[in-house]
Amino acid sequence: MSLDVTSIRNDFPVLKRQINGKPLVYLDSANTSQKPQVVIDAMTNFMSNGYAPINRSAYQMAAEATDLYEGARSALAKFINAPKAHEVIFTKNATESLNLLIMSWGRANLKAGDSVLLTHMEHHANIVPWHMLVAERGIQLRWVPLTNDGQLDLTQLDTLLDGVKVFSFTSMSNVLGTINPVQRLCAAAHKAGALAFVDGCQSVPHQPTDVQAWDADFVVFSSHKMCGPSGVGILWGREALLEAMPPFLGGGNMISDVRLDGFTTAELPAKFEAGTPPITDVIGLGAAVGYLEKLGMAQVRKHEIELSTYVLNMLKDRFGDEITIHGPANPELRGATFSFAFRDIHPHDLSQVLDQQNVCVRAGHHCAKPLMRILGANATARASFYFYNTMSEADALADALDSASDIF
Amino acid sequence: MAGLEDLYREIILDHYRTPRNRGELDPPALSADGHNPLCGDEIRISVAVQDGVVTDVRFSGSGCSISQSSASMMTSAIKGKPVEQVKSIVRRFKQMMTIDEEDTEIDESINLGDLEALQGVVKFPVRIKCATLGWNTLLDALATEQK
Repeated sequence: MSLDVTSIRNDFPVLKRQINGKPLVYLDSANTSQKPQVVIDAMTNFMSNGYAPINRSAYQMAAEATDLYEGARSALAKFINAPKAHEVIFTKNATESLNLLIMSWGRANLKAGDSVLLTHMEHHANIVPWHMLVAERGIQLRWVPLTNDGQLDLTQLDTLLDGVKVFSFTSMSNVLGTINPVQRLCAAAHKAGALAFVDGCQSVPHQPTDVQAWDADFVVFSSHKMCGPSGVGILWGREALLEAMPPFLGGGNMISDVRLDGFTTAELPAKFEAGTPPITDVIGLGAAVGYLEKLGMAQVRKHEIELSTYVLNMLKDRFGDEITIHGPANPELRGATFSFAFRDIHPHDLSQVLDQQNVCVRAGHHCAKPLMRILGANATARASFYFYNTMSEADALADALDSASDIF
Repeated sequence: MAGLEDLYREIILDHYRTPRNRGELDPPALSADGHNPLCGDEIRISVAVQDGVVTDVRFSGSGCSISQSSASMMTSAIKGKPVEQVKSIVRRFKQMMTIDEEDTEIDESINLGDLEALQGVVKFPVRIKCATLGWNTLLDALATEQK
């Protein structure tokens, strides 16, 4: 049974919006996704009828709030098949999740001369914190290069992994759409005695995730790309590793005791959740997880493979050599995120023209400047699809592209 | 909603398709690099100054039609002019690119000529940084003289 996209679209109020009498064609979900009514309702209901602090008050409404917040954590754990709910840590965003992980684990475990392996397709959030540790600790970075069709070139992987302490990589490129063989990469890291950190931001919203099947050590991802609100990031890690790590941010909630001469940290997950968390947002995320579970992530993936197949063929049919789509040509090896160059029109100008038709795409370097340099582009336009997008929206993109040539 | 015709005026597209003063100048010409961190546009401005006059100016790099045409029109507007007058033109242009005009006194004595075509950019606030990239980089290049 495939997804009933017509009915799904009714779940998203914003998709009914028209601008200047024309429908919205939202193709920027790799950037941030739209929100279904159930998420909006869960947050509105909490703030209207039950807003209260969590973890620290005895009254009924506070207990209800704590249940909702912890319920979201349990739902998340189940969603990614984490062994234990307290291995799921809520942060402010996935960038903070990566900083927490890299700084906390890195400072405790890395010394001058230690090596970390990254890839050429990483988002800045999985590069810059490592550069900061290079400056602070004198660690060294190695890089997995790419093949011509935008996949990881794994021919030298074992050599690159030799002596490395961590292999930190994305499960799916936010520029190329490439889906990486996470399970194989984790296994290779472990064989070399390294830990595997996975940036799951782009893949977790779009396909089933099983952190145990991956055999990853840490996985980060974000709420706002999977129908939840902005303001929440997730870090999942193996219990023993999280327990051995020092805290990242200090303050309320993350302690079991504070004295004049020091402090003792709280148990997981509170140890890594200093201060009042984004309670309303986490509850919204919980509702988003429920919504995605109901759709079925396997069905989501199937729909996006169908969309990818259509988009790749249709754009090539219509525009031939006038369009260059980066990343793998095989829809099974990629998500429905397409960075492209079109008729020598600058991506910024292209996105401006598409906006006239309410077609929303991203133009820029996508927070992946090292990759852009490898592609030989300062910027690309990127159309990214989600389960609520349709083939007719892909056609609207193509029509809008065609109209760009009238100007340039 | 502002239409694209406000943004992509014919004179702008002309400078985009046929850029003036493209290239670089060797030292002792002054030069500076500018980046638009949001979109990745890059530009280099080289400017030759002799006896307080901009005798030559070039731009290189890559970017969208607005950043490239604005830089091209800028080079045409300032070439051969005294540095002090150039700075007034920059100030006047940046005033035009400002959404908040409350405390800016417009110097009407400066005629921006073709550059007025870029006025429509203000209706697309995201693109203002594209239009001003070359100008800010020109100021950076001129500032290197004092060092």
